[in-house]
Amino acid sequence: MLSFLIRRLLQTVPTVLAVVLLVFVLFSVVPGSIVSTMSDDSDPQVELRMKKQLGLDQPVYMRFGAYVARLATGDLGASFRTREPVTTMIAKRVWPTLQLIFASMAFAILLGVPLGFVAALRPGSLVDTASMVLAVSGLSLAKFWLGLLLMYLFALRLGWLPSFGYGDGGLKYLILPAVTLGVSPMALLARTTRAAVLEIMTADFVRTARSKGMSETRVVKWHVMRNALVLILTTMGLQFGALMGQAVVVEKLFSWPGIGSLLVDSVLQRDIPAVQGSILVVVLFFLAINLLIDVLYGVIDPRIRYA
Amino acid sequence: MFRTIAIVAGLGLALAATAEAQTPRKGGTIRMTAPYGSSFTSLDIHTTQRAQDEIYAKALHRSLYIWNSAEGKPVLELAKDDVVSGGGLVHTFKLRDDAYFHNGRKMTADDVIWSYNRIMDGTKAYPGARYVRVIEGASAVEKGQAKEISGLKKIDDFTIEMKLTEKVDPGFYFFTALTSIYPADEAAKESFIQKPIGLGPFKFVEHVPGSRIVLERWDRFYKPGKPYADKVIVSVMGEAAARDVAFRNKEIDTSVLGPAQYVAYQSDAALKGTIVEVAEVFTRYMGMNTSFKPFADKRVRQAINYAIDTDLIINKLVKGKAYRATSWLPLTSPLYDKTMKPYAYDPAKAKQLLTEAGYPGGFEFEWTTSQNESWGLPIVSAVIPMLDKVGIKAKVKQVETAVLAEVVRSGDYQAFIYSQQTGPDPQAALKCFHSATPQSACNYMNFKNADFDKLMDEAGQADDVAKRGQLLQKANALLYDEAPVWFFNYNKAVMAVQPWLKGVQLNATELTHQNVEDLWVDETSPAK
Repeated sequence: MLSFLIRRLLQTVPTVLAVVLLVFVLFSVVPGSIVSTMSDDSDPQVELRMKKQLGLDQPVYMRFGAYVARLATGDLGASFRTREPVTTMIAKRVWPTLQLIFASMAFAILLGVPLGFVAALRPGSLVDTASMVLAVSGLSLAKFWLGLLLMYLFALRLGWLPSFGYGDGGLKYLILPAVTLGVSPMALLARTTRAAVLEIMTADFVRTARSKGMSETRVVKWHVMRNALVLILTTMGLQFGALMGQAVVVEKLFSWPGIGSLLVDSVLQRDIPAVQGSILVVVLFFLAINLLIDVLYGVIDPRIRYA
Repeated sequence: MFRTIAIVAGLGLALAATAEAQTPRKGGTIRMTAPYGSSFTSLDIHTTQRAQDEIYAKALHRSLYIWNSAEGKPVLELAKDDVVSGGGLVHTFKLRDDAYFHNGRKMTADDVIWSYNRIMDGTKAYPGARYVRVIEGASAVEKGQAKEISGLKKIDDFTIEMKLTEKVDPGFYFFTALTSIYPADEAAKESFIQKPIGLGPFKFVEHVPGSRIVLERWDRFYKPGKPYADKVIVSVMGEAAARDVAFRNKEIDTSVLGPAQYVAYQSDAALKGTIVEVAEVFTRYMGMNTSFKPFADKRVRQAINYAIDTDLIINKLVKGKAYRATSWLPLTSPLYDKTMKPYAYDPAKAKQLLTEAGYPGGFEFEWTTSQNESWGLPIVSAVIPMLDKVGIKAKVKQVETAVLAEVVRSGDYQAFIYSQQTGPDPQAALKCFHSATPQSACNYMNFKNADFDKLMDEAGQADDVAKRGQLLQKANALLYDEAPVWFFNYNKAVMAVQPWLKGVQLNATELTHQNVEDLWVDETSPAK
């Protein structure tokens, strides 16, 4: 297991480097610069001096070299806009984003997986049809629209929850954004779980277990559930990573102070160090979750060996 | 008799109730919104020129002058008196001796000088430099040729002498938060941008990036009895629909309305009374590059103005949330000429002008635009068929707003659509068209006209305010005739304000920028 972990960690290095290179090159060629957005009427000489101060007068390859060298020491640079260290800016935003993503996934897992199981165990029933209608609707709904709908219903009409903001970071502020973000993975998990369970239910080893006289509860618990979990876990892992990206819309809508809104603001303002830092955090999170899922495969199904 | 007594008593009660209602209440929380898209850029207000950031800065900081919405002009704020000498170029300010920073230290002349010198640091390109540059010697500091602004002199702790490079009203240059006065000893510290200190009526408590800024009452504020409220919360809310729900749910006290919401609120009996609106000092227009051959001819530029049914666009597309532009200076400018009439919608006249200019079959041009709903792609899309009717074909080039700003300043366009601040100082607004003004500054159309220059130069030299005004009005009329732009509209800013929030000022420079010390909430506010 240890060698597997080391191998997987080493495999992430080229991925991270590729992302760093891609983002750097992309923001070096897109039109628009922080210097021109700073002031309406800067003297060209002032602009030149400012470019020099920010290092933007250097060729791209030299800037990239300097950036990677700093990155190796854990320094993400300073924001062009606020002049704060990017690590400080990100640190302020990480916890709200993690809160949102974990709450969304908790909602998705707690609702989606049981829904898929129930649907698969009663295929063609009313429960199955209703579950799948719910799942398809969840996948089809635009997050922005769904968020507004939830705001309208639970804040304006029922008065149960605040419609926006972070407040003290408590649960009542978290529920609406988390549900908005969690509906889509919930729907996907329900569909995946149903498909996985249905497939396993017709597998030879399940039929064998039944023919041996094993009760249906034990069949589901020991054979179906365990085998389905591998596929469910894969979906969960991918969804965790995807939520980091999808959180942008939800954070903006609910004035949630996460990394997603930092990323969008930084892109619009051409604050390159903040963009690079934010994307790097998203990528590292995605890789970490996938690594965790790979490890969990082995725990759930001991037949999967990594060594 | 009884009826008369009843009416008098009723009137008395009504007047008493009104008087009571108008007596500012102490305490409570004001919940404002920052509606312009993204998070606050920085807690160092010198570094950011975004309207979004000035919303909180109006509570936290103070500048030498402040905008007085009732009078429609800047008035002294951190100074009690301004004595003008030296042929109108030297201003001697007697500073307040009762203004305390939020760390408890009294403001002195050193803080003013330090702040203006900081803004002129050319390596940082502080946006406020465009204003401070009017002080003699400021440009030398910006270019790194001097360490301190030579035109600023400390006479004593509370007296400062400022020598200007031209005869202008310094109030127009030193009223925005971009020229806020910082505490010299604290602002140089790294910690300042995490916990800013100012002279404003509210002191900093908390910033949740991307979500809100919280400020609380500063008890040593220099205006007796003010501020009224205990706390101000400014929430970042870029999404109009989310703001709408929050406003209806009474979670916020103010909400800027876009065209669609403006119509919805007007037609809703419960919300109609919450609307406040003002003509802001912004002119929306299509700029034409005179180095592109067809646009070099005045008749072509006029033809464009005649070819577009501007009123139709304002009414149908902008939903009436704008005022028709008649020339460059906006409706709320002190020099706005009410006698001027906008270009009529007259396609036949447009065709005739095009023929006279040598383009009977029209021509084709590229129109650079952002996606802005009020002065971007939707407007361009509506105009294209109108131009097509007179033979002019427009090809759209869509860019981001940040890129558009760069395009406009570099002159790399044939035509563009934009919203430009055209006030409150009419002289500064018109000076953008002076041939000596670089394109990268604000002469985006690279306009050059000897008659216009002459009028502006004479206005700059005029000591008599009335004469200066007349000359500037003539310059504005000349622009109308020269038509370097399609005069589209002047922005109508619209904000919904909860009935319990009182003292809202109709600020023509930016409606969301409120002098927060004058705001108060009555006891019906749900926020405690």
